[in-house]
Formats: sequence, structure tokens, C-alpha cells
Amino acid sequence: MTAPAAATAGDRRAAPVRSGAVPGHRRRARRRWRPAAAVAFVLATVWLVIVLAPLYYMVLASLRSQGSYLTANPWLPSGGLTFGNYGTVFTAGLGRYLVNSVIVTAGCLIVTLLFSLGAAFRVVRNSTRGAAASFRVLLIGLAIPIQAIIVPLYLLIYKAHLYDTLAALILVMSAAAIPVSVLIMASFLRDIPQELIGAVLVDGGSEWTVFRRLIWPLARPVLATLAIYDGLNVWNNFILPLVLTQSSSVSVLPLGLTKFQGQYAINVPAVMAAVLLSVLPLVILFVLMRRQVMRSLGAIAVR
Amino acid sequence: MTAGAATRRTGARTTAAHRGSALADLVGLAPAMALFGIFIGVPLLGAVVLSFFHWNGLGSPHWAGGANWAQFVHDPIAGQSLAVTAKVVALSWVVQTPISMALGLFTAGRARYRSVYATLYVLPLLLSTAGIALMWEALLDPNFGGVAALARSVHLELLRQNWLGSANLTLYVIVAIISWQFIPFHTLLYQMGRRQIPEVLYEAATLDGATGRQLFWRVTLPQLRYTIATSSTLMVVGALTYFDIIYIMTNGGPGYTTRVLSLDMYQAAFLQNQFGYASVLAVVLGVVGVGIALALVRFTGFGSMGSQQEGAT
Repeated sequence: MTAPAAATAGDRRAAPVRSGAVPGHRRRARRRWRPAAAVAFVLATVWLVIVLAPLYYMVLASLRSQGSYLTANPWLPSGGLTFGNYGTVFTAGLGRYLVNSVIVTAGCLIVTLLFSLGAAFRVVRNSTRGAAASFRVLLIGLAIPIQAIIVPLYLLIYKAHLYDTLAALILVMSAAAIPVSVLIMASFLRDIPQELIGAVLVDGGSEWTVFRRLIWPLARPVLATLAIYDGLNVWNNFILPLVLTQSSSVSVLPLGLTKFQGQYAINVPAVMAAVLLSVLPLVILFVLMRRQVMRSLGAIAVR
Repeated sequence: MTAGAATRRTGARTTAAHRGSALADLVGLAPAMALFGIFIGVPLLGAVVLSFFHWNGLGSPHWAGGANWAQFVHDPIAGQSLAVTAKVVALSWVVQTPISMALGLFTAGRARYRSVYATLYVLPLLLSTAGIALMWEALLDPNFGGVAALARSVHLELLRQNWLGSANLTLYVIVAIISWQFIPFHTLLYQMGRRQIPEVLYEAATLDGATGRQLFWRVTLPQLRYTIATSSTLMVVGALTYFDIIYIMTNGGPGYTTRVLSLDMYQAAFLQNQFGYASVLAVVLGVVGVGIALALVRFTGFGSMGSQQEGAT
């Protein structure tokens, strides 16, 4: 998938559909003016501006005092820039929201990955009727939108005395993540030939041996993929915290951000600083493991 | 060797092994199924049951028969929000699919600047919906927002609109923001999909004298059918349940012009305390969601997960 640098240089001008053309063809194409590639470049750059301009605006706004935001041109970095807003919002409760988000995301990942791994292993083994039936249930579960169950869910959590707790968020978000996680995990584990599993069992191995020798080595990279996918979804979920929590002490970041907006309605720079602080952990993670993140999101799709 | 082992395995199957796998099934499957059953399955049944009761959240529910359902049929707001939802679903698909496909094909190319572009394209995916909503609210503020400032400095009156308070415009603004948020993800899907297509197909077609356009229509598009199915399913079901941005940015307004079904349901339940009626809306949402997903799966023949890879590699 990652082409060596030498091959890349030759293909620089080639449009994606042409990248596999025969060498002679490619050489001729390189010398010729390629309007298609130029148009692609221009359009791609337009989209890049559409993606980056709002982000640039947000970063710049977060570095302004409230006064200079209202008076100066917000697109130009003129006038005094300050990191003061970041300090303000961090001490005004964002730190608490950040800790809550970390707790909920970590809790969800532990529960979801552990449970999904176990379930996917059994689904792939497919040794009892229960396993096949469970898989069908999860497949249907995949299509159920969380909005469709939010009302009874709220009542259930309320009756279970879990309303307004982080535990409620961890349990519900894990439950919601399980169908897709099992499905993805199982689709990767299916690459293990059934004959190989049979061989381990014939040699006197138990189900546990099968898990340790065959499933676990293959599952480890998939767990990383799932952690990124599920983690991103949990970190950014809005509707479940909105319905299942109330107090600021258990607010996670997305909900906390909207509380900030209520609080600082006219202080746009402070709100922008809060949004940027909330995404900072993900940006750091993305910078550190860019390839892994992009491959994960793509792999989710392909499977 | 493996084939021999398989035949021996069937012969060596004992009741002990059966018991072992039954126990393993219990240990492996029970936690996941229990969690899913309690927090997804039970509420799902609960929604169906509740839709036949009157309940304001206090006291005990009263049997309502089909009253909530009759109310739904005659409720002009519910009809309106169904129409708005359909519009959001259709528009999001129409806007996102061509752009995502074009960007996906572009970023799948090998030139190095394209992978830099691909990396930058991913950035919106990191932001939470809440963050995106707040960012665009700041940008679109008619007095102090970034778009208004831009309009002033380049003297473009066209850009001076009441973006979030116009009955004619706001729905489209919402769809544009949804697209800004999700096109990056679908671009990744198409990028991966394009990279799965064997280059042999292109080489063969080029030798046969196919033009760039023919390569797209005859090779790329048919080969991307699974990607299109996956992407469309996620897009349509996602847009159907779209809630966060609308809740934060317009709360359904101005008037009822952006009030989608999920928002209607949220307000019926948590603002008007009509849990029974809200459950009717929830069931409708669920049935439509599952129905569309099943229809797309059947229509596109996208049932065999993972099998697409075997042919390609």
C-alpha cells in the first residue's frame, strides 16, 4: 500500500485512474500537459481551504481578547494575541470535563474491547447454536439508532439509580459500541482457517489454547484499530451525556462545551479556546500515530 | 496437512469437547450479550410498549391503546419533521457522495502531496459535533462572525445572510455543516476502496485503448460498488438520526424548518414530558432506520462482509 519513494516520483503527475498505466504510456503522459490532473489539483485545493479556513479562524479567535475579537478583522493575526482564554476556560471547569471524558472513554474501551473480543472469538468458532443466534442479534443491533431507544433508556437508568453518573455513560456507550465492534473483530478473525483451529483441538488443545495461540496474535492489531474507532465515537458522543447526566461534576467535554457557551455566550474567544482544548488530546494522538489512525478508520470501512 | 487434520477433527469430536465449547461460549458471549440486551434490547422493547401508554414521567403510566399513534398520524408537526428529515437525508447523500468519491479517488493517487492533503482532510473527524457546532456558530454570526467579516472586507453582500435564522436558508446551512463534518470520513472510505482495486484491471483496460473517462465508468465505478453501498448506508442512517448539530445550533428553528424527527422526539419526551408519544416517534425512527439499512443492504447485495477482499488480493 505504501509505495516506495522511487515509484512515487514517477507518478507525480498521474491522475489516480492512470497510476497503473504501462510505463511507456506514463512517460509520454508526463511530458504532455495534463488538464485533468491540474483540475483535480485545483479542486482538491479548494476543498483543503474549505476544511482549513474554519479551523484557522477558530485558532485565531481563541488567541484574542474579547475586545479585539469584536473590533479587529478576525481573519488577520493583527493586534495582541494571548493565551489567556485557555487559562480562563481550564480553571472555569474544563479541567473537570476533561477528566470525566478520559474516565468515560477509558472505561468504555476496557469494557467494549474485552467483551467484543470474547464475543467475536465465539462467533468465529461458531461451535454452538447460541453463538450463531447471538451474532444475528448483534447484526440487527447494528441498525438500531440510539435515538430510537433514548427515552426508555433514560427511564431505565433513572430507575437503576444510575442517572447523573459516569458509570451510566460507560455502561450505555459500551453497550452501544458492542455490535459494530464484534462485527469488525469477527471479520478480521475469520481470516484464521477453520482447519488450523481444528488442528489445535485435535492435538489436545482446549478452547483456551485456541484463543491464546491463534486468536490473540491476530486480534491485537485489531484491538488498536477498534480502540481508535470506538474511542473517537465515545469521546465525541453528545446525546447520551445530554440525556443521562445533568450536573457539571459529571459532564463530559462535548456537553461541557455547550454549557460553556451558555455561560460565556458573548465571549466567543473563550468558547473557541474551550473547543480547541477539548480536541487537543485527539490532535496529539493523531500527530503521534497518524498512519495508524487513518488506516484504522479505513479498515473499519473496508471490512 | 490442514485438510487431513480437519477430517481427523470431525472424527475425534467428543461430548467433552462439546461441553468445552459450550462453556467457552458462555464465558465469551454472555458479557457482551448481557450488556447489549440490558441497555439496548430492553429499551428497544420498552419503546414499543411505552408507545401504547400515556405517561408524563410521574405516577404510573395509563393504557392509551392506539391514542398516541392516532395523535402521530394527525400531528402536523410530526409530518413536518418527517419531511424535514427526508430532506436532510436526501440532501446529505446528494452533496456528500460525489465530493467524497472525487476526493477519495484523488487522495488514493500516489503523488506525495496527495497524502499530505489526505492527512489534512481528516482533521474535521477529530472534532466533536458539539465543537463543530460552536465553531460554525461563531463563523456564521451575522454581526461578529467570520463570514460577515469576510463579506465586509471583500464587499460581497451575498455573504451577508442571517445564516442560522432564515427559513429559506438554514436547512441548507445545516446540511453543509453536516457535509463538512462527514465528508472526511467518506473520503477515507473511497480512498481505501480505490486502493483495493487491482491495478491489473486498469492496465488491461488501458492496453485495450480505454480513455480516462471509460476507466472511471467501466472499471472504477463498478469496482467501488461495495464502498458505495457501505458509504451510502452509513450516510443515510447517520443523517436520519442527525441530532447534535441541529439541537445546538438551531433547536429546530427558525419555526419548524430544521426540526428533524429525532429532535421532535427529544422535545416531546424531555420538554413536554409526553413519554408515550415520544416513544411513538422513537419507534418510527427505529423502523425507518432499520428499514432503510436493510433495503440498502439487499439492494446493493452487500451481505457478505469481508468477501470483497478475497477477490482483490
